Amino acid sequence: MNQNLLLIIVLAPLLGSIISGLLGKQVGRMWSHRVAIAGVGLAFIISIWVFKLVVFDDQTYNGQVYQWMQVGSISFEIGFLIDSLTAIMILVVTFVSLMVHIYTIGYMHHDDGYTRFFSYISLFTFSMLMLVMSNNFMQLFFGWEAVGLISYLLIGFWYKKPMAIYANLKAFLVNRIGDFGFLLGIAAVLMYAGSLDYVQVFIQAPEIAKKTISIFSDVQWSVMSLTCILLFIGAMGKSAQVPLHVWLPDSMEGPTPISALIHAATMVTAGIFMVTRMSPLFEFSDTALSVILVVGATTAIFMGFMGLVQNDIKRVIAYSTLSQLGYMTVALGASAYAAGMFHLMTHAFFKALLFLAAGSVMISLNHEQDIRKMGGLRKYLPITYWTSLIGSLAIIGFPGMSGFFSKDLIIESEHISSITGHDFAYFAILISVFITALYSFRLFFLVFHGQEHFTLHNGKQLHEPSIAVRIPLILLAIPSAVGGMFIGSIVFGDFFDGVILVLPEHNVLAYFGEEYHGLVSFILHGLMTTPFLLALLGVSVAYIIYVKRPNIAVRLRQRFTWFHKVLVNKYGFDNFNDKVLAGGSRLIARVFWKIGDLTLIDGVIVNGSAKIVGLAARMVRHIQTGYLYHYAFAMILGVWLLLTLFVV
Amino acid sequence: MIFQVINMSFALPEIFMMVMACIVLLVSAFMGKDSSSVSYWLSQFTLLITAFIIYLSISGTGGITFYGSYIKDPLSDILKLSICIINIFVLSYSWYYLKVRNLFNGEYYALATFATLGMLIMVSSTHFITLYLGLELLSLCLYAMVAMKRKSAMATEAAMKYFILGALASGMLLYGMSIIYGATGSLSLASISTAIQIGHLDNTVLSFGLVFLTIGIGFKFGAVPFHMWLPDVYHGAPTAVTLFISTAPKIAAFSMIMRLFVDGLENLHQYWQGMLIVLSVLSMIIGNVVAIAQTNLKRMLAYSTISHVGFLLLGVLSGTNEGYAASMFYVLIYALTTSGSFGMIILMGRNGFEADNISDYKGMNERNPWFAFMMLILMFSMAGIPPMAGFYTKLMVIKSLISVDLILLAIIAVLMSVVGAFYYLRMIKVMYFENPIEQIKLQAPIDIRILFSSNALLVLLIGIFPSSLMTICITIFS
Amino acid sequence: MIALSDYLILGALLFSLSIAGVFINRKNIIILLMCIELMLLAVNLNFIAFSYFANDMAGQVFVFFILTVAAAEAAIGLAILVVLFRNLNTISVAELNTLKG
Repeated sequence: MNQNLLLIIVLAPLLGSIISGLLGKQVGRMWSHRVAIAGVGLAFIISIWVFKLVVFDDQTYNGQVYQWMQVGSISFEIGFLIDSLTAIMILVVTFVSLMVHIYTIGYMHHDDGYTRFFSYISLFTFSMLMLVMSNNFMQLFFGWEAVGLISYLLIGFWYKKPMAIYANLKAFLVNRIGDFGFLLGIAAVLMYAGSLDYVQVFIQAPEIAKKTISIFSDVQWSVMSLTCILLFIGAMGKSAQVPLHVWLPDSMEGPTPISALIHAATMVTAGIFMVTRMSPLFEFSDTALSVILVVGATTAIFMGFMGLVQNDIKRVIAYSTLSQLGYMTVALGASAYAAGMFHLMTHAFFKALLFLAAGSVMISLNHEQDIRKMGGLRKYLPITYWTSLIGSLAIIGFPGMSGFFSKDLIIESEHISSITGHDFAYFAILISVFITALYSFRLFFLVFHGQEHFTLHNGKQLHEPSIAVRIPLILLAIPSAVGGMFIGSIVFGDFFDGVILVLPEHNVLAYFGEEYHGLVSFILHGLMTTPFLLALLGVSVAYIIYVKRPNIAVRLRQRFTWFHKVLVNKYGFDNFNDKVLAGGSRLIARVFWKIGDLTLIDGVIVNGSAKIVGLAARMVRHIQTGYLYHYAFAMILGVWLLLTLFVV
Repeated sequence: MIFQVINMSFALPEIFMMVMACIVLLVSAFMGKDSSSVSYWLSQFTLLITAFIIYLSISGTGGITFYGSYIKDPLSDILKLSICIINIFVLSYSWYYLKVRNLFNGEYYALATFATLGMLIMVSSTHFITLYLGLELLSLCLYAMVAMKRKSAMATEAAMKYFILGALASGMLLYGMSIIYGATGSLSLASISTAIQIGHLDNTVLSFGLVFLTIGIGFKFGAVPFHMWLPDVYHGAPTAVTLFISTAPKIAAFSMIMRLFVDGLENLHQYWQGMLIVLSVLSMIIGNVVAIAQTNLKRMLAYSTISHVGFLLLGVLSGTNEGYAASMFYVLIYALTTSGSFGMIILMGRNGFEADNISDYKGMNERNPWFAFMMLILMFSMAGIPPMAGFYTKLMVIKSLISVDLILLAIIAVLMSVVGAFYYLRMIKVMYFENPIEQIKLQAPIDIRILFSSNALLVLLIGIFPSSLMTICITIFS
Repeated sequence: MIALSDYLILGALLFSLSIAGVFINRKNIIILLMCIELMLLAVNLNFIAFSYFANDMAGQVFVFFILTVAAAEAAIGLAILVVLFRNLNTISVAELNTLKG
């Protein structure tokens, strides 16, 4: 594989970003988006080619592009590792990114920060590609932080909205917690493997797995478990797992295209990708896998519930993203990495679709986000309606749609897994199938069916947004619908052989591989399982409550006030964080600031030493008297000094 | 009698440069008043072609010629190339400076070309005679250049001080050479090296000579306590000349220390290491501390130079290939950053106004954010803040110290770089957080602006991608 | 027969004398120039003595170069002196102190 080709994939979006960002004023809006789209488009086309090379021609690539510096035996470098995992990720990233770029033309049309926005999302694409194509931990961390930074910038894109500033600060802080764990994890890898290169580290994994470390007195910890859990804390931050999920719903303050690209399809899946990439490490720690399983299952079920009570169209989808990320995490915990990756891919398509469709609804209704003020939009927005239907069917796992395959597989994997906690996970995600169906179709029915609750200003005609918005919807609907049919080759074939390591005792997918007899039988089988019945039940309930008998919803809310309250308060996570964590640390910080910073450090150490140095400076400068004979005398003194010190 | 055919090709760049220097001199002598632009372009052309000749010969074979007095090796190639390139920058800045003030005619360029020739000879010398001649050719030109602004009392005073102390230092260097000659019976560095290796020499005599050689080198660099000339000359000389003195000659001085101490006297490492430690610690402390009290930017940069010399010597005194490479990297980055810093003074000034007071830069960010940012890059690099190039230079020398267990010295170096950061950051504070006193309009034409910007951006670029230049330095010494 | 050490001692004496001249003299810059010449001559004496006793011509060749350079140096030194005198109307070392600090 040609290294230059790979470089073009990452550099084309970067170039687009630089041009539209730095020269935006000079080249104008038109050329900014043309250049940005051309960059991402080029990356997408080459990604297809790379995918073809990897999958059909069995080529892989692992090489260094540039050595940044060498410190001792540790080399810091930029390099690419291209295998089937990377190939599929770059394809998904560039495709969704391209769709979002096109969509943005329509969505951000009237915004003042048009060129800035293009610059950011192209830069995001670059960073995300650097992250997934990396062959070492340093570049991974670079990409990790870079996507985090751009996510921060984009959540606060409308920097005059106080909520947006609050949200991006929150995202930033919560992600720092995750990154702290991640960095410690990388440090642990570096300490025990002595290298940052993936291959070097993975080779040593069985060795490291045997080591233990004692942190508190006599308790021996497994190094591998510790490392993996630390790395997973990083993933929890980025992929918004409980309890580090609090930033994601608030991130909806950003423009919708980035909710689709960053906070649904790509960046938040970085954690999933990272764990999959590190499967040769995680496989050696059952403890870490258990932790992942439990965290994922908790996220999947509890975040789903919250989707039921939200009235903001984007927040409902945001909670569904959280829940779906929980699914993926659960899959990782059960060592069904391929299933997790597959769900990541299908989810990227249908979730981006749902967000963009939501955006389309919002444009039509003058940026109205409250679903109680919508309804009956079916006849006005036919394309949005049908694509949303496809997306919703996909997310609930309707047999035949893409989500069905990945979801079903994850649920079944939990069933037969042997990792501690798999029973809990199984029931949790089974219940959340019902919940998913309920909130997805609640949203769907409230927006597109029922009575019209919206009011239009000055007799404006309600119609579909511009073509730039509609094209991405249609293009994303296609893989959302039929994307599942590749399950045979991706999950059950030898697609991930040599890339993802699964120990034989963990290998749940192999069992299904033997059972798998083509798509049709899989679908037919799916029609008879519990998840399908639960999903059907969910849809029916949603239909009855929100279309047929809207008063049931009201009565239910009155009946279960406490539960509703708990959900609206987000289980108290935000209150707890604000009052206890943030408040407490502010209190401690203030004490330290007063005593430590102001008095000790500023007063004594910094200002005190600065004063002394300044005084010394004023005194010493008088040595330079300006007299030639003093200068000569200084030289003689130097001679004398050297002679007495080193000769006599 | 056997005639040896001398291999002249090794000295082709110098021969070309010498011929061209004579032409520049003649042009400036005969064309009188109008000669400045012709001499300028001629000298730029000379530097460019010389650089090109050196570049072509890099891959060629190296060797010693002129009866063991002249060497062409990777070290000399790279140093010569960088001297030529830095001087191209320097002359471009100077041209603008001199043209605006209507100062001197072609003589500046003739002297600059001869001085460059002197540096090239120093870089390639492997014999006391060539080294001395190169050094004197360089020094004599510099004395004359400092004194060129005839009407300025400050400039002539600086020139006089520089001349007397310089002559004193070169006399001491010669005395040291004579002692080493007496002890080893040879003037060629290669034979000196073998003579010392074989042994039976009196180490007291050798180290006695070594002290005087150290003084010669220390003076050329401006290491404490042989630094006294440096602030006065930097301050007193016209900025264009200061710019010239502060950049390429430091690279030549580096080659001098490499040739004398590493090629010739490496076996006396235990002696010269101690001497260099003294010089380097004193330089770091005096340079950084006194710089804080300065109000004149040129003077501040002079003291900052002294402190940088202290850092630079750290790599050499570690006595390892890694350390030599670190020092070389340091001197190259130093020359580049300094040329940018003085370039800024030239850029900001105009006829009758030298922007050499720190207060002249107040509120620079409001007046011209782009150039304020460029200056920020340069100051950050000097202070050693990542990701500027200056960070890696400091990192590398300190690393080389740690690898030879000079931990205490490394700690002093780190402490002193913290102290040093103070006055560079004060400059940034002045530029960004203070209100401008007067609205000084930048008058520099676009080409000089581009030159300065590319100079500063190069510092940033090397900081982001340090490994290419680092690799060159490391391969030379391995 | 005069021994090598005698020459060296004489050289060292001349050298020290010239250095002393540089930093003790506070009156006249011309004396400084003379001291510098003297210093170079001391070095020359050293070189010639070593060259003679080691039977090696290189030292004497070096002396010729040093003499030449010394002449050039003196020329430049006097030129600077002339310019200085025009500007300051004095050649006293003690009055060269505007640049300091």
